[in-house]
Amino acid sequence: MKDFAYVAAPDVATAVRAAADAPGARFLAGGTNLVDLMRQHVERPDTVVDISRLPLTSVEETKSGGLRIGALMRNSDLAAHPLVRTRYPMLTQALLAGASAQLRNMATVGGNLLQRTRCPYFYDRATPCHKREPGTGCAAVGGFNRSHAILGTSASCVATHPSDMCVALAALDAVVEVEDVRGTRRIPLADLHRLPGDTPHLETTLAPDELITSVELPAPAAAPSRYRKVRDRASFAFALVSVAAALEVTDGTVAAVRLALGGVAPKPWRAVEAERVLTGAPATEESFRAAADAELAPAVTLDGNEFKVELARRTIVATLRDLAREGSRA
Amino acid sequence: MRVTIEVNGERRTADDVWPGESLLYVLRERLGLPGAKNACEQGECGSCTVYLDDTPVCACLVAAGQAEGRSVRTVEGLAGGDGLDPVQEAFVATGAVQCGFCTPGLIVAAHELVHRDPGATDAEIREALAGNLCRCTGYEKILDAVRLAAAKKAGERA
Repeated sequence: MKDFAYVAAPDVATAVRAAADAPGARFLAGGTNLVDLMRQHVERPDTVVDISRLPLTSVEETKSGGLRIGALMRNSDLAAHPLVRTRYPMLTQALLAGASAQLRNMATVGGNLLQRTRCPYFYDRATPCHKREPGTGCAAVGGFNRSHAILGTSASCVATHPSDMCVALAALDAVVEVEDVRGTRRIPLADLHRLPGDTPHLETTLAPDELITSVELPAPAAAPSRYRKVRDRASFAFALVSVAAALEVTDGTVAAVRLALGGVAPKPWRAVEAERVLTGAPATEESFRAAADAELAPAVTLDGNEFKVELARRTIVATLRDLAREGSRA
Repeated sequence: MRVTIEVNGERRTADDVWPGESLLYVLRERLGLPGAKNACEQGECGSCTVYLDDTPVCACLVAAGQAEGRSVRTVEGLAGGDGLDPVQEAFVATGAVQCGFCTPGLIVAAHELVHRDPGATDAEIREALAGNLCRCTGYEKILDAVRLAAAKKAGERA
């Protein structure tokens, strides 16, 4: 790990001031991703602003019936919070599907939003990677790319966004609240992460010194919802494909649907096209298949990840079928 | 920098700590507590598991400064007096220790589970220990150990 200046921030104002004063500074929250990346020399900040003591750990109900979640709430605490478990079960399921107990006990909401890809070539400094070192190339395209993305990729980068939590937040229309020395602003989750294009090193629309302070969830929908994750082993593995879905069926017709995908794209992937096909359609397996096909039509596969198209199709259909059954029993 | 941590109930101070050091390094190399092990240094293997403010974490991913003023309990701090903690006894009784490298981390993770949920099902035990890798045992004896310790804890509470 390279040497760096360490600043322990007692409050948000100090944290954002310290980041503004030290270009290239990184905020340190739970550390489960950043400490690892610094040890691998993938991240080499001159200044680290430790925000782990900031008082951003509460869950509050908003006037509009939603929740405001402090950015430093730990993943384990958020998953166990009664208001999250009862009103946003999809979020609890997604959080508990991620990482291991030890990591969930340190990882924070803000850190999870900004966690970086687990593409092995991003971590391996002996190989080219446009994300790690722009202009060097991409070792994944001709390499071991079984875990890589099929939607939203570019010639520069095929890495996936690794988060489970973010897939649920995408389906829930979360809004991220950020602060810097200039003030505060709100960013819909859909606009937080960028697609790689020819600048895969730019992963979000945040300025380098902007601090995520909270995440707001709109009022929950009454529809049955679920987070379903498919991976190589039953626990402690990143998603090959995951689906966050909520489905409201009225008289056999899809009245409302929310669908987001993980493990298949460089950002948490809101399945807008599938939602468009489904809304107003009969709640049948044929519709679910047509919706999945529409979403996956633009998929671009590599040598190792062709299977993800069929896996995603089946996971979407199975999840929607389960939710339709659950809704018809209610 | 100076780092002061409550470790196993005692206030301990380390001086001249480099900010890039991990809590694991401070425990092992500066405070003389080699129980938590250093293996993957990536949060994958769980051999460095310690309690930080009562929750198990991978000490290798905690920057030294983040532990300032907080409370840490390592495997050395589980047993009271001369004997072993019941979770440690269960690992010995069931033959859950082979090379022993993963054992301290597994003991801390299992200790937390047994105290939180002594009625844990096998699936819940597997999930709770998913962050601890063992390359010797094949895990079956470890599951036996946790079941034994959990049954004992459940018996105490009944």
